[in-house]
Amino acid sequence: MIGRDLLGIEDLDRADIERILETAEHMGEIGEREVKKVPTLRGRTLVNLFFEGSTRTQTSFEIAGKRLSADVVNFSAMSSSLAKSESILDTARTLDAMDPDVVVVRHGVAGVPKRIADVLEAPVINAGDGAHEHPTQALLDLFTVSREKGRIDGLTVTIVGDILHSRVARSNIYGFLKMGAEVRVAAPPPMIPPAIETLGVKAFTSLREALDGADVVMALRIQNERLAGSYFPSVREYAATFGLDRGKLRYAKDDAIVMHPGPVNRGVELSHDLADHRPGVILDQVRNGVSIRMAVLYLISGRRPSGGSD
Amino acid sequence: MSRILIRGGRILDPSVNRDEPGDLLIEGGVIAEIAANLEVPGSEVIDAAGAWVSPGFIDMHSHLREPGQEYKEDIASGGRSAVAGGFTAVACMANTHPANDDPAMTNFILDRALRDSPARVYPIAAATMGLEGEVMTEMVALVAAGAVAFSDDGKTITDSGVMRRVLEYSRLVGVPVIVHCEDRALVGDGVVNEGPVSTRLGLPGNPAVAETVHIQRDLLLAEITGAELHVAHVSTAGGVEAIRLARERGIQVTAEVTPHHLTLTDEALLGFDTHAKVAPPLRSRADVRACRDGLADGTIDAIATDHAPHALHEKELEFTSAPPGMIGFETAAAVVLDLVRSGELTPLELVRRMSTHPAQILRRPGGTLSIGSPADVVVLDPERRWTYDPVKGYSKSRNSPWAGETLTGRVVATLVDGRLAYHVDRGILLP
Repeated sequence: MIGRDLLGIEDLDRADIERILETAEHMGEIGEREVKKVPTLRGRTLVNLFFEGSTRTQTSFEIAGKRLSADVVNFSAMSSSLAKSESILDTARTLDAMDPDVVVVRHGVAGVPKRIADVLEAPVINAGDGAHEHPTQALLDLFTVSREKGRIDGLTVTIVGDILHSRVARSNIYGFLKMGAEVRVAAPPPMIPPAIETLGVKAFTSLREALDGADVVMALRIQNERLAGSYFPSVREYAATFGLDRGKLRYAKDDAIVMHPGPVNRGVELSHDLADHRPGVILDQVRNGVSIRMAVLYLISGRRPSGGSD
Repeated sequence: MSRILIRGGRILDPSVNRDEPGDLLIEGGVIAEIAANLEVPGSEVIDAAGAWVSPGFIDMHSHLREPGQEYKEDIASGGRSAVAGGFTAVACMANTHPANDDPAMTNFILDRALRDSPARVYPIAAATMGLEGEVMTEMVALVAAGAVAFSDDGKTITDSGVMRRVLEYSRLVGVPVIVHCEDRALVGDGVVNEGPVSTRLGLPGNPAVAETVHIQRDLLLAEITGAELHVAHVSTAGGVEAIRLARERGIQVTAEVTPHHLTLTDEALLGFDTHAKVAPPLRSRADVRACRDGLADGTIDAIATDHAPHALHEKELEFTSAPPGMIGFETAAAVVLDLVRSGELTPLELVRRMSTHPAQILRRPGGTLSIGSPADVVVLDPERRWTYDPVKGYSKSRNSPWAGETLTGRVVATLVDGRLAYHVDRGILLP
């Protein structure tokens, strides 16, 4: 069962995920109406507690909340709590005193949403914590694949890029495995955690082998500045060996779809021709993100004893 | 003359391999007699029925935080916490503010201990000035002031040339150099053991090889210098194996392991509990197995707590920013009794590693119940169950992963220099 909070895909089972995806289908219809608003969360306060900047995710949650008629408040706390000498838990307690109904947390360090959830009355949705999890991103990726392919079970999904530092990779690994897909990861060895196969994936250092027969290819964003020189020699060499282009994509199935959590470094993870090849899928991911976040807000807020279910 | 009779216990004295029931009489601050059924009129009686009576525990590795971080701990609170855990003496690391790199600081710590602490306090001096790893400290003057060993602890000496000179020079004073072995470059930004758990948590991994590389370096330097090396808190199978091989080659090395590295794995971090964040990090099941085996077969000499108090607000920071360390005096005995219950150590061998060996490594009195020796004694009931609540404990800090847990084995009484310092029913009685 979906719990009080949504902290990670690791905590969900297949039935939970299916329920969220089904709910998202209905939510998607709301976005196609002339008046894109339903009264479901009227009178509820949704707080976006973002310790790390992310315009895309924050905007997506804000739109999702507003389409459900919640009052959305953005609480940005960009400086680290060390700099302010206030612990994250004190920040959470301060927020809790304002009686929010649901709190969306993004933080650069793994575990912060979990620890905030431990002290907060309101349910917490993890909007990305360090290299740990980004559950709504994985849910929207699952949703996108299931709409594109009509199923997830039995598909082969290849995730390419910085697995070590990627919360998107971890959440997607859990999500696709739970839904019955085969998951492969491919990257230069320093960006593959040594124990990655304990999660149930197969790790490749050959992109060609990793792509062989893949139905879904997911490229991860490379954070050039931070990583070049220590985890791989240069952006140029990365692009040449692990950057996806039409030529390399030929190893995958003919109808393979290419996904990216965005924002894309064109010419690095994806060649220009590929980024433009079927841009529809990557933009569908963004569109589906709103539906998924509406579904999650609905399912989690609907479980609040104080609020009752609409 | 005051007399204390500890009656009806199991006498455990590793210094003479004694393990038999008996009564122990303390008179004039020293151990006066051990025999069956002693009757001493006018003596204060401590009932030790069902309990172990052994030399007081000696902790080779602790952080008392005074001077400089008295909000975490001070010598008074740390000393009280120590005796409540059965420790009659604790060695304190040099990373105070300012660091213990000067004889005046060593004197200050000893003066405070004499005034404030029911436990004996053995200052460990810094190996380099300001713990900066560059200029060695005045070891002769520091030892004359009372320093028992040298260590930069967590601020490891990264410059191998400096480390070599420190080890060479330490031969002049003949005390151990204690090393915290983690290669800083290999640790990088790692905060949890690199492996399946770090992969799941998405927290930066600290690989086991960071410890073994550093241990290997220091063992090689100990070999060429002939210095006495003591490896602090061994946490990896590779580290245990390196020390085992070095001993076989005749290198002078001793080693310690903490209660947490003997009993907890990195899975304790799965809920992001910063109380289980320590340096070196909690490791895998195989590493715990190797540490236990190493302790049992004598590769590792001593159990030391690495008692490291931190304030609650510090442990409430993000996982990567929260300081590493946990308090350990009051839980140590109960936690390590696990090795007796599992049959890996006899009671006598456990006491040897908690008391006799640390005394020998630091060349301090204690670790024995021989007649005429200062009466530093602990009475430990190995079966008594209790729930640990750090709020009711004596440390100023509460950062323990065992908070709220029911533990088996509790200190009944601790005597320092023949005086009752702690009794489970009466609390702290000294100074």
